[in-house]
Amino acid sequence: MTTFTITRTLDLKGFACPIPIVRTAQAMKELGPGDVVEVLATDAGSVKDFAAWSKTTGNPLVEQTQEGGVFRFLLMKKGDVK
Amino acid sequence: MTITLDRPTTETAPVPAAEAQPATGGLTIFLSSGDLEKVWASLILSTTAAALGKPVTIFFTFWGLFPLVRNEKGITGQVWMQKMLSVMNRGGTSHLPLSKLNFMGAGPAMMRSLAKSHQVASPEELLEMAKDLGVKLVPCQMTMDLMGLAREDLIDGIEEPAGAATALAAAEGATTLFI
Repeated sequence: MTTFTITRTLDLKGFACPIPIVRTAQAMKELGPGDVVEVLATDAGSVKDFAAWSKTTGNPLVEQTQEGGVFRFLLMKKGDVK
Repeated sequence: MTITLDRPTTETAPVPAAEAQPATGGLTIFLSSGDLEKVWASLILSTTAAALGKPVTIFFTFWGLFPLVRNEKGITGQVWMQKMLSVMNRGGTSHLPLSKLNFMGAGPAMMRSLAKSHQVASPEELLEMAKDLGVKLVPCQMTMDLMGLAREDLIDGIEEPAGAATALAAAEGATTLFI
């Protein structure tokens, strides 16, 4: 199992669609290739939405876990790592 | 449950940023409705599409132009019919009616209260996010002339007013919605 260094954590628990996706995209803009964002969300739709977001943007969803009602996503910014 | 994928190798050509190359076509919305639920849905779709890296344009026309009016604006227009219109149909996101169960504005107030308790972003918040994510907000020049709305009656951070040709050009190759 690969361990990832988390660059930034976004606590988006409680927020409804489309906030988890939108806030993640906003945060990604400020990061560099290879950086990993940890997203914590409770929106049940976010599981499908982050998969779709990852597929469309090409930013890999490198890890996904669930603890209680909280979904945790690790998303990596795509591009060449310097 | 843990799903772990291998760290991707860096075989791709240099990509400066995720937003630099949209994976698929864009989204263009022709918003002709000023109803709260339709404006809300349009903003949710727009911010999400922008978050997916797509170029997004909203063309605000007819009743759909009114959400772009500044909330603090009272009476607008040059001639009496336009002024009357601005009283009967006040502009600004704060004054949008629901298409059903409006009850003189009680419906929208209750809907917003519900949205707040469920942490659903308000149209105002979504509009700010849309700007931040680079969604192009284009007011229809013809509607502005027709309804007597000047550029200074509209909010900041939007594109220059334009016509149908601009809107159609933005729709080229994009997913297009008429709302």
